[in-house]
Amino acid sequence: MAQASLKAKHDQTDITWKTRFQEWWFRNRALIGFAFILPWFAGFIIFDAAPFIYNLYLSFTDYQIGTVGTPPWIGLENYTKIFTADKLFSKSMYNTVYYLGFSVPLRLIFAFLVALILNLRVRGMELYRTLFYVPSVVPLVAATVIFAGFLNTRYGFLNQFLVLIGAMPVRWLSSPDAIKPSLILLSLWGFGGQMIIFLAGLQSIPEDLYEAAAIDGGTGWHRLVYITVPLMTPTIFFNLLLGLIGGFQVFEQVFILIGTNGGPLQAGLVYMLHVYNKAFRDFEFGYSAALSVILFLIIFVLTLMVVYTSNRWVFYGDAQDDEI
Amino acid sequence: MIEDPRVKMFRYIIIYTVLTVGAIVMMVPLLWTVSTSLKTRDKITIRRLELIPDPVAWENYPYLFEARPILQYTRNTMIIVVASLFGAWVPCTLAGYAFARIPFPGRNIFFGILLATMMLPYVVRLIPLFLFFDEIGWTRTFGPLILPRVLGHNAFYIFLYRQFFRGIPEDIYDSARIDGCSEFGVWWRIFMPMSRPVLAAVSIFAFSFAWNDFLNPLIYLGSNKELWTLALGLNALQGFEGEDNSLNLIMVFSMLMIIPMLIVFYFGQKHLISGVTAQGSLKG
Repeated sequence: MAQASLKAKHDQTDITWKTRFQEWWFRNRALIGFAFILPWFAGFIIFDAAPFIYNLYLSFTDYQIGTVGTPPWIGLENYTKIFTADKLFSKSMYNTVYYLGFSVPLRLIFAFLVALILNLRVRGMELYRTLFYVPSVVPLVAATVIFAGFLNTRYGFLNQFLVLIGAMPVRWLSSPDAIKPSLILLSLWGFGGQMIIFLAGLQSIPEDLYEAAAIDGGTGWHRLVYITVPLMTPTIFFNLLLGLIGGFQVFEQVFILIGTNGGPLQAGLVYMLHVYNKAFRDFEFGYSAALSVILFLIIFVLTLMVVYTSNRWVFYGDAQDDEI
Repeated sequence: MIEDPRVKMFRYIIIYTVLTVGAIVMMVPLLWTVSTSLKTRDKITIRRLELIPDPVAWENYPYLFEARPILQYTRNTMIIVVASLFGAWVPCTLAGYAFARIPFPGRNIFFGILLATMMLPYVVRLIPLFLFFDEIGWTRTFGPLILPRVLGHNAFYIFLYRQFFRGIPEDIYDSARIDGCSEFGVWWRIFMPMSRPVLAAVSIFAFSFAWNDFLNPLIYLGSNKELWTLALGLNALQGFEGEDNSLNLIMVFSMLMIIPMLIVFYFGQKHLISGVTAQGSLKG
């Protein structure tokens, strides 16, 4: 009995302490919210906001390796030089747009078609899914050096195979005409990432839609065109956007495969390589910053354009749910 | 509507043919990698297609460890991986939790900023960050690679956590708070254990981005061989003794980078899709 009352007393003091603590927590809830996002916000200031603004400022200055103190302000000079005197600007821009013009749509189409097939219910599909996906797990650096060997003119697999079947070998990495196709080939090898996303999307399409179509006498083609494709447009659209943004920033593959000069006739000089060279080879930081700002504007406009036009051609399945 | 068995059979044959041819094409570069990694030095320069190595040069694997400081590269890479995982588990989940569950003033504005940074390409921050780290003497150290990761500077992870946490029913949160659990306690005792799928998915991303990172190690560690990561070491091997006659070692190195990734993805694949898409099913 005595023990019980002692315990009750103990609990009581414990509770009041707890309650006070709890009240304090509740009052300071907003503060806790801020505390929880503080590491991210500090990162945002240090790694996003400040560098972004400083980069913009740098692009109007003549900041080079020997510059001490405040870099001299030269207004739009970097930009006028880029658009009027820099041959490598248009060249690298052309190479980049060529690269992504092929690699992005081809990757999407491959990923979507293969996902459609892999979504069929036939035996052994798990194994096929794995085999198609494994190449996209390969680290980019490894994938690139593998391709450097695979496409090697004399000792690479592809040319040896072409010779075996009686075709002409190609100088994949040393002829200006073949460099960009080689880069596109490498990017196609990694379509598995998008394929998995499409596969997940396909599997989330409700079965009853297909059943309803079957009752109405719809063929496989009808199901594809009127159900699958419209329901998949948000996913396709999202992947297109990510693909374009990533494509403009293609760098590592090119750097490793053909070096910083961009290969023969600079046929592989992509935009990021030009930015990299200007900053880390020529140490013209101001000029390089201006180049990067142009790339940013392209990506920004692209993002806005796709987001803005998307509601005209993208079908969001949950649009009605939101209204209710 | 019963299908003619012959038509069905024909369809299966076409499906399996397409799949098998496709799978072979996809796997050929990897099979060639394995095969080349097991070839002797004089076999790699034969200009004829030979897929099965003869003799099988297993010694290439131990030899690479002698020829290159692989263990040092691995240790350096793991330092970045660990920083990345810490950031993904602690600061990112806390931020995701705050964005999902704690109403604080300006939350929507902060969240808008978070989303906007997802669209900010790295290239417009590259040069100022390099100049900044150069200024404070951090180039040629792990600092510039570790600091952003330890702070959880990744909007994508925070976004994924936030989406997942929003799917955890309000009742669970309320009853825990009524029982006197602090925000910190709710995060640690309830949300973290319930979020294994998304934690697994983000961990895979964090591991693979850190494992594969090339541009940052190149810029900050490129001139300090002591701190080279696996990716830098592999890239440097490419120019080792002229690229043709060390092709087998390059492929050994590639295999060393690929195998851990395969293991991570093998164990994590279940969660990868469910972690990223589960918010839909949990939301209810």
